[in-house]
Amino acid sequence: MSDSIFGIHERAIMVRKQRAEVLANNLANADTPNYKARDVDFRKAINEAAAAEDRRFRPDMIRTNSRHLEGFAELSTDDYLRYRMPTQPALDGNTVETHIEKAKFTENALQYQATLEWIDSRIRSISGALKGE
Amino acid sequence: MSLFNIMDISGTGMHVQTVRLNTVASNMANVDSISSNAETTYRSKQPVFQTIMNQLTGEPKGGVRIKEVVESPAPLKMEYLPNHPMANEEGYIFRPNVNVVEEMANMMSASKTYETNVEVMNTSKQLLLRTIQLGRG
Repeated sequence: MSDSIFGIHERAIMVRKQRAEVLANNLANADTPNYKARDVDFRKAINEAAAAEDRRFRPDMIRTNSRHLEGFAELSTDDYLRYRMPTQPALDGNTVETHIEKAKFTENALQYQATLEWIDSRIRSISGALKGE
Repeated sequence: MSLFNIMDISGTGMHVQTVRLNTVASNMANVDSISSNAETTYRSKQPVFQTIMNQLTGEPKGGVRIKEVVESPAPLKMEYLPNHPMANEEGYIFRPNVNVVEEMANMMSASKTYETNVEVMNTSKQLLLRTIQLGRG
């Protein structure tokens, strides 16, 4: 039910949140030797998330016995993590470029807000319809 | 829904930079701590950072920690000052291997990274607050 109300945006906000986490991690490790900066492949993550919506009820796991529990693959952005191609890798093997990560983090924060805004307006329009305003 | 994870990650980032600033302060404070033999002379201390790994999968989990604090292997500065009260039998005193310019650069880098982590935390806080207020407007 809730999936149909918010559509892809519910998934989008989860992916954005996880992307924010990955980027925050890059920034925290800006001075860690041999740390490689990573990012979420958003398009891939969101496409998979959309497909996962249908898959929830058609799990990957095969039930060979009627007493087996139902299982389905949970969405995880870990599978969509890619290493960032550095423009100027540091001598200690660190590939975090703070300015790039900062820009990506800000971009992601704005997109997160945009998605929030969309969900918020959806809630408002539904509650408006319910109250007959 | 846990933007709280970002708070943790940035928190560890701020923590390690604070330790780094502490070592800089210690190094700078001891820049003139002279000694009469090589063993007791203060040596420049440098923290080594490490990503926090997930114990089960070996994947980076999020956040950063201090792996160890190493002492700089750079040679100590020996100075021939026979009249100095701390001079040894040969007339030498030992100065710490603290490189003041390096420490200043270290300090600036640490404070910049600290600031970045604070910004990340602030942005996350705003997003979190907005998420909490979803549907109130």
